[in-house]
Amino acid sequence: MDKAVSTDKLTKRFGDFVATNEITFDVAQGEIFGFLGANGAGKTTAIRMLCGLLKPTSGSATIAGFDVYRQTEQIKQVIGYMSQRFSLYEDLTVRENIRFYGGIYGLPKTELRRKADEIIQTLELGTVADKLVASLPLGWKQRLAFSVALVHDPRIVFLDEPTGGVDPITRRQFWDMIYEAANRGTTIFVTTHYMDEAEYCNRVSIMVDGRIKALDTPAAMKQAFGVDSMDGVFQILARGTSTK
Amino acid sequence: MYRIQFIIEKEFRQIFRNKVLLRMMLAAPMMQLILLSLAANFEVKDLNIAVVDQDHTTYAQRLTGKFRFIGNFRFVGYLPAYKQAYRELQAGTVDLVMVVPGHFERDLTRDNKAQVQLMVNAIDGSKAGIALGYAQTILRDFNEAIRTEAMGVIPAGRVQIDVENQYWYNPQLDYKTFMVPGILFELLLIVGGMISALNIVREKEIGTQEQLNVTPIRKHEFILGKLTPFVVIGLVQFTMGLILGKLAFNIPVVGSPLLIYGFALLFLILCVGIGLLISTISETQQQAMFAVFFMMVLFILLSGLFSSTENMPQWAQYLNIINPLRYIIEAGRNVMLKGSTLQDMQIQFLSLSGMVIGVLALASFRYRKTV
Repeated sequence: MDKAVSTDKLTKRFGDFVATNEITFDVAQGEIFGFLGANGAGKTTAIRMLCGLLKPTSGSATIAGFDVYRQTEQIKQVIGYMSQRFSLYEDLTVRENIRFYGGIYGLPKTELRRKADEIIQTLELGTVADKLVASLPLGWKQRLAFSVALVHDPRIVFLDEPTGGVDPITRRQFWDMIYEAANRGTTIFVTTHYMDEAEYCNRVSIMVDGRIKALDTPAAMKQAFGVDSMDGVFQILARGTSTK
Repeated sequence: MYRIQFIIEKEFRQIFRNKVLLRMMLAAPMMQLILLSLAANFEVKDLNIAVVDQDHTTYAQRLTGKFRFIGNFRFVGYLPAYKQAYRELQAGTVDLVMVVPGHFERDLTRDNKAQVQLMVNAIDGSKAGIALGYAQTILRDFNEAIRTEAMGVIPAGRVQIDVENQYWYNPQLDYKTFMVPGILFELLLIVGGMISALNIVREKEIGTQEQLNVTPIRKHEFILGKLTPFVVIGLVQFTMGLILGKLAFNIPVVGSPLLIYGFALLFLILCVGIGLLISTISETQQQAMFAVFFMMVLFILLSGLFSSTENMPQWAQYLNIINPLRYIIEAGRNVMLKGSTLQDMQIQFLSLSGMVIGVLALASFRYRKTV
């Protein structure tokens, strides 16, 4: 199974509202897949279905070969997840957060210690390793949250707007980390509102009103729409429906 | 099961790091235990009594005198007539007015019977009833004294039956003895139920719950890991309460300490289970707080802690069948004061066990890892 994510007409309805409307796409193992769309386009709903947080209404999907209806617990063992909402415990230290999440994923104790040292060293958090997470700057917290999402070496990691609210330098550092993880073979499934970030992805999809309107490499997409940036592509697609 | 230790460890770290909450959880209940035990008292003291004396004789004065030297009454003075008596009652400055009619002494000595009138302010019905009871006892006492004086001896041929009360297990009829075990368990309900509910809902609010839901953590692991720390803290609190009860109020534990801890453990599991159940139906701490409060007030008022359950209407007594606080207070009082055994407390034990199973089953059914 070399498909990390595979969906077929995956749909989620909330009453009359169709949040995600028959989306069909594949993500290859090791790929950086950009999942774009305006606010309310249905990205978060789609991610939640893929992570097993939300039961789909219809359609089908598999994550690393596991079915999103029946095998949610197996899915949870092989995925990492970092939501828009900050997911670390502010009243625990850096080291305690790593230990807790690692423990929850069932890492043995020696491995927990090794992982904590490794993350602290990579992120250069040595001086604040025993400080409460609450005292760290936002950019550091987000890089730590990403490392924690990878603590159990998942095959796929879902990042829901991981870089919201941080400065361009920190964003750049964050993307360096994403590349490193991808080089180690982790599939990256990332949503973002920053179109420069979209250019870093291997392939991107653009969602508008619950549907996937375009899916291709950034270069092919720019060529198809005759513009020179992903921002241009996004404007055409998003405005195209909003003025109708 | 390996994962549970990490949850327990994390909870304890967070609890001990939140110094304010920790202090509140341990110190506030102890303060409440002392204050409530001292304050909750059904004894009626300092009833203000006024007398309308229309007879002005020795007997009338002697009768009035009886009320002057009894702890429960405070003699506020004579009033000239009914009119003033009404006014004082209405104003609330007196609780009780005794009217001694004219010819009281003459009727008593000549006809061997006389009447006095008692007027009681009955806005607070239970207080009025108790006041009247006290007053009647005094009148009967007076009656006896007069009769003995007049006849020299208790008249033959009249059999006197006196009821002598003996209060077992709480010989001084000390309300503190009665209240402390009750309040001890009420406090476990507050800390166990409220803190655990708020703790879990807080994780929902800050978003860490969602993070936990994408991990392979199992339902029972989450529930056990989350609830264990609160049960442990509840047991610490209970121990402190027992020690305080002994030191401050000399409340004994007559029965088996093991049994009383067994009941405390059972009740705590139930409390945190209720907290968990409430957290599954609440999205915000506000909602959880409201739900916990609503339930707690109901449990406490119906439990018989502050008023006796026997006087409640039938429907309230039916409602009490599902009131865990009632069972645990019954068990607590009986085991602590009377030395009851598990066999004596079967009903309480089985009812609480049933509720524990029911609540935990419902909570784990309601608890979802999906949103």
